[in-house]
Amino acid sequence: MIEAILSQLFQTLLAVLLAPLMLGWINNCRAWLQNKSAPGLLQPYRTLRKLFHKDAVLAHNASSLFRMAPYIIFGCMVLAASIVPVVETNLPFAYAADAIALVGVFALARVFMALAAMDIGTAFGSLGARREMLVAFLAEPALLMVLFTPALISQSTSLNTMVATLGQREFALFPSLAYAAVAFVMVLLAENARIPIDNPATHLELTMIHEAMILEYSARHLALMEWAAAIKLMIYCAIGIALFMPWGIVAAGSWPLLPVATLVLAAKLLVAGGGLAVLETVSAKMRIFRAPEFLGMAFLLGVLGMLTHFLLER
Amino acid sequence: MPWFEFIPLNIVIGIILFWIALGVAGLIAPSNLRYVTHALLPVGAVAGVVLAAAAFAAMTQDAAVRVLPLGLPDLPFHLRLDALSAFFLAMLGLASAGVSVFYSGYLRAGEDNSPGLTCLQFHLFLASMAAIFVADDGYLFMVAWETMALSSYFLVTSNHRDAVTRSAGFLYLLIAHVGAIGILLCFGVLQGGGGDYTFATMRLVEPASQAWATVAYLLALFGFGAKAGLLPLHVWLPEAHPAAPSPVSALMSGVMLKTAIYGLLRVTFDLLNAQVWWWGVLTLALGLVTALFGVLFAAVQTDMKRLLAYSSIENIGIVLIGIGLAVTFRAFDMHALAALALVAALYHCINHAFFKCLLFLVTGSVLHATNERSLGRLGGLIHSMPVVAWLALIGTLAIAGLPPLNGFVSEWLLLQAFLLTPGLPNSYLNMLVPVAAAALALTFALSGYVMVKFYGVVFLGQPREEKLKAAHDAGGFERVGLLWLAVGCVLLGVLPVPIILQLGTVTTQLVGASIGDSVVASGWLFITPIAPERASYSPLIFLLVIAAVVLLVFLLVRGFYHGRVRRGAAWDCGFPLQTARMQDTAEGFGQPIKQIFELFFRIERHVPTPFDRAPYYQSRTEDRLWYWLYLPVSRAAERLSGWIGVLQRGRIHIYLIYSFATLILLLAFAR
Amino acid sequence: MSLPFSAQLINLMASLLLLIAFAMLSQRRILSLIYLFAWQGAVLSANTLIVAWTTGQPHLYYSALITFALKVVALPWLLHRLIIRLNIKWDVETLINIPTTMLIGIGLVIFSFNLALPISQWAETITRSTLGIAIASVLLSFLMMITRRKAVPQVIGFLAMENGLFFAATSTTYGMPMVVELGIALDVLVGTFIFGIFFFQIRETFDSLDIRNLEKLKED
Repeated sequence: MIEAILSQLFQTLLAVLLAPLMLGWINNCRAWLQNKSAPGLLQPYRTLRKLFHKDAVLAHNASSLFRMAPYIIFGCMVLAASIVPVVETNLPFAYAADAIALVGVFALARVFMALAAMDIGTAFGSLGARREMLVAFLAEPALLMVLFTPALISQSTSLNTMVATLGQREFALFPSLAYAAVAFVMVLLAENARIPIDNPATHLELTMIHEAMILEYSARHLALMEWAAAIKLMIYCAIGIALFMPWGIVAAGSWPLLPVATLVLAAKLLVAGGGLAVLETVSAKMRIFRAPEFLGMAFLLGVLGMLTHFLLER
Repeated sequence: MPWFEFIPLNIVIGIILFWIALGVAGLIAPSNLRYVTHALLPVGAVAGVVLAAAAFAAMTQDAAVRVLPLGLPDLPFHLRLDALSAFFLAMLGLASAGVSVFYSGYLRAGEDNSPGLTCLQFHLFLASMAAIFVADDGYLFMVAWETMALSSYFLVTSNHRDAVTRSAGFLYLLIAHVGAIGILLCFGVLQGGGGDYTFATMRLVEPASQAWATVAYLLALFGFGAKAGLLPLHVWLPEAHPAAPSPVSALMSGVMLKTAIYGLLRVTFDLLNAQVWWWGVLTLALGLVTALFGVLFAAVQTDMKRLLAYSSIENIGIVLIGIGLAVTFRAFDMHALAALALVAALYHCINHAFFKCLLFLVTGSVLHATNERSLGRLGGLIHSMPVVAWLALIGTLAIAGLPPLNGFVSEWLLLQAFLLTPGLPNSYLNMLVPVAAAALALTFALSGYVMVKFYGVVFLGQPREEKLKAAHDAGGFERVGLLWLAVGCVLLGVLPVPIILQLGTVTTQLVGASIGDSVVASGWLFITPIAPERASYSPLIFLLVIAAVVLLVFLLVRGFYHGRVRRGAAWDCGFPLQTARMQDTAEGFGQPIKQIFELFFRIERHVPTPFDRAPYYQSRTEDRLWYWLYLPVSRAAERLSGWIGVLQRGRIHIYLIYSFATLILLLAFAR
Repeated sequence: MSLPFSAQLINLMASLLLLIAFAMLSQRRILSLIYLFAWQGAVLSANTLIVAWTTGQPHLYYSALITFALKVVALPWLLHRLIIRLNIKWDVETLINIPTTMLIGIGLVIFSFNLALPISQWAETITRSTLGIAIASVLLSFLMMITRRKAVPQVIGFLAMENGLFFAATSTTYGMPMVVELGIALDVLVGTFIFGIFFFQIRETFDSLDIRNLEKLKED
C-alpha cells in the first residue's frame, strides 16, 4: 500500500517537475536547428520563478472563474500525469481513468481555458477561445480514434493493459498502429499549439490560438498555465511512447528496475523532443482555416487505422 | 388485493390523483398568485419526491398489476408497475420536483395565462406523464398520451397573444397528433387479433409474420419518434421549446421526450415478440443522423432557448444510438452487451433530464432578469447573477460530457459498448462500428463547442447592453430548484455505481442480462462494466485528486510566494476605444461550424454592396428539411383538401341530394 | 498475430499505398501530387520485390524493375517538366471541399474492404488480405479524378488508378503475364505523352487548363 503510493508520487512528481525541462530541450533544439544561440535548458524554470514572484494584474471585470481557472487546469494536468503510464504501469490511480477518461480530462482543461479566455470580454480572448474550440472539436475525436486502435488490438481501453499487451508481444508490424502513429503526431501538434497549427513563440494576435487565450494572465496564474501546457506536452509525448514504443516501462513496485526505466524514458523523450523540433522547423504555420483540413486528415487516418485493423489483423 | 395496501403501485396511483386534485384546486382562486406559488406548487414538488421514492422501492420488487374500474364500462384501466416504469417514474419525480420549486419562484401575475389555469395545466401534464409510465393497456396509454399532448399545448401557448407562439403551438400539436396516429396503428398491429388492447395480450401474441413485426416496429419508431424529436419529425422542437415558458420547456425537454423513449423501449423489448438485427442498425443510423444534425444546428443558433432545443435533439439522438445498439446486440444473442448499451441509453436519459432542466431553468432566470432571449444582447451576467452563473456552470460542464459530472458517465458507457464488441457476425456491421464510434465522438466534441459558446456568450465577457448591469439574481425558490438539479448532476456523476446497479433490474427485465455483477467487481468506487483490466473509471477519485491538487497548489503558492493582486485595464493593443460589441457574438462563434458544414444548412445571406444607401448584413440559417419535406407535404395536403372541398357547396339542396343518392345506392346494392 | 515477417511487410506496404492514395486526395499543390505519385511507385516496386523474394517468382523481379524505372523516375520527371512549362505548379481547385471528399473516401474504403473479404478468403497467395486495399486505392484515385477541376491532377489520378490495378494484380495472382505488363506499361507511357500534347492544345484554345471550359463544346 505504502509502496503503491510512493510509486504514484514518484511518477507524478517526475512528470510534473521534468515537464519544463522537456520544453527547454525542445526550444534548444529548435534554436540549434535555426542557427540561433539557445536560451539554455533551464530557461523555463527561470521563467516560472520570475513569474511566481510578480504581482498578479487582473482586468477590472475579471471574475472568480478567471482566477480559479489556472489552478483547475493545473490540477487536471497533474491528474493526467498520474494516470498515463510514464515510467510505471499498474499504479493505483491508473484504475481511476482509462483512455476515454484521459481524453475527457484534457477536454475539461480545455473548456476551462476557453471559458477563462472569454471572461474578460475583449476581442482577443474570444477569438482565441473560438479558434481553440475549433481545433479541439476535431482534435478530440481524432485523439479518441487514435486511442481506439490500440484499444481494439489489446481488447481494452485501460492504458495499463494497452501498454502491457503492446510491450510484451513479439515485435510485429501493425499497419493500423502505423496509421494511428501518424494521426497521433498530427493531433499532438494540434493540441499542444505547435507549428503547423499554432506558433508557440508568436505574440501577434492575429496568428495565435493558445497565446490569445492566456493573453490576460500574469504572474502566478500565467506561470501555472505555462507549466500546465508543458505538462500537457510531456504527457502527450509519454502517451505516444507508451503506445508506440512501450518497451522499457516497468510494473509498479519493481524498485530495482526503476532507474533503468527512468533512463530509458529520458532517452525516448530526448528523441521525441528532437523529432518535434525538426518537425516544427521544416513546416510552416498553416492558415487557420486549413487547420480543420489538417485535423480532419488526422481524424480520418485514425478511422482508417481502425478499419485496417478489422481487415488485416483479425 | 385489498383496496388500499401500501405498495408502490398504489402510492403512484395516489400521487397521480393528488396531482390532478392539486390542479383542480388551482381553479378555486385562479388569479391569486401567492396561493398557487406558495401553497400548490411546493406541495406538488414534495409529491414528486414521494413518487420518486416509491419508484425506487418498486425497482427491486416484482411487477405489480392493478385494474381500475375507471374509463368506459367495458374498458377498465389496467396499470402495471415494473422496473422499466419505475425508472422513468423516478426520473419524472426527481426532475419535476426541482422544476416545480423553480416555478414557484418564476410564475408571475399579469402574463396571459392566469396562475390557477397554469397550475391546472402543469399538474395535469405531470399526472398524465406518470399515467403513461404505469399504463398497461393501449386505452389508458392513449388517453394519457393525448392528455399530455393537450396540457402541454396549453402550456406552450401560455403567451397566446404572440403570433409566433401560437403558430409554434399549432405545429407542435399537429406533429404530436401525427405521431399519435402512428402509435395507435402500432398498437393495432401488436394486438394482432388478440381480442383486447391490454399489454398482457400483446405480450402473448406472436406476430403473424416478420413483415408485420417490422411494420409494428416502424410504426412505433415513427410514432414515438415524432414525440421524441427524431429526424425528420423534429421541426416542432425548435419552435415549441423557445415559445413555452422556461419551466415548461425544461419539463418538455427533460421528461416529455423521455416518455417517447419509454414507449419505444416498451414496444421493442416488452411487447414485440420478434428480434431483427437490421431494426437496430436503422435506429442507430437514425440516432446518429439526429445527433449530428442537432449539434450542428445548435452551433449556429443565436437564441439561447433554440440552442438548448437543438441540443435536446442531439441528446435524444444519442439515446437512440444506445437503443439501436442494444436491439442489434440482442438480435445476435449478445445479451450482456445489449445490457451495457441499454444501461448507457437509460443513464443518458436521466442525465439529460437533470442537466437540460437545469439549463432551461437557468435561461428562465436570465430571461426574467434581463428580458432578453437573444444571445447577441446578453453577456457578463456572472457579475450580476453569480448564483445562477455558478449553477449554470455545473449544468454546462455536465451537458458537455466532461468528467467528473454525469454527462461523461453515459458517454463513457456508450463508447465502451461500441468498443468492446468481440465481433458481430456481419462483416459490414463490424466495419460500421468504428465509423459510428467516430461520428459519436465527433458529436460529443461538438457539443462541448456548443456549450462553451452558450455559457461564454451569456455569462462571461462584458455586458453587451447597458441594462444588463442592473440584472438581479434569482429568488429563493428559484435557487432551491436550480440547486436541487445541480446537486443531482453532481451526484449522478460522482456516484454512478448504485445507479447502474438499480438499472440492472431494468435491463434484466428487458434483455435478460445485467452488468451489475461486473460493475461492482471492484467496489463502489470504480465502474468496471466488463472487467477491471478492460476498462475502469472512478469519478470520485477524479474529483478528489483535482480538488486536492488545486488546494495544495494554492497553499504552496501562497506559502512560498504571495497572493497579491492588482486591478488594471484589459489589454487593448493600444486601441483605446474598446467596446462591449467588439467581443465575439454568437454568430461569430458559430461561424467556423457554418463554414465547415455548409452542406447541412440552408443559408440565405444578404451582403451589402458599396452602392447601398443603408448597408446591412443579414444571414439566416434554416433547416433544409422544412423545405424538402414539410412544405411539399403541406402543399399537397392543401391541394387535396381543395379538391375535396369541392363537395362543400353550401346549398342545402346539394346536401340533401347526397343523402338521397347514398340511400338509393345502398338500397340498390345491399340486398 | 503470428503472420510471417514478409506478410507483415506486405501489409505495411499496402497500408502505405492507401495512405498515399488518401494523401493525394487531400493535396492542394500539383508538385506535391507528383512527389506522392513517385512515392506510390516506389512503394509498389518495393512490394513487388518482397513478393518476388518470398515466392521466388523471377518475372516479378523484372516487373519491379520496370515499375521503378517507369513510375518513380520517368513519369514523374515527364510530369514535372510538363507543369514547369505550363507554369501551373501551385493551387489545385476541387469541386467539393476536401473534408467532404475524404468522408466519401472513407465510405469507398469500407465498401471495398467488404467487397474483398469473400474473394480474399478463396485466394491462395500470401497477399490476399491486401485485395481490399488495392480496390480501395483504385476507387480513391477515381474519386480524385472526379473531384478536380484542372486537367493535370486528373491525369495523375488516372496514373494512380493504374498503380492500384497493378497492386491488385500482384496481390491475388502474383502479377500478370509479362506481355500484358509490358503492353500496359507502354500504353501508360504513350498516354502520358498524348496527354501532354493535349494540355498544350487546351491551353492554347481556352487560355486556361480549367476543364469547365470544355463544357462550352456541347451542342446547344
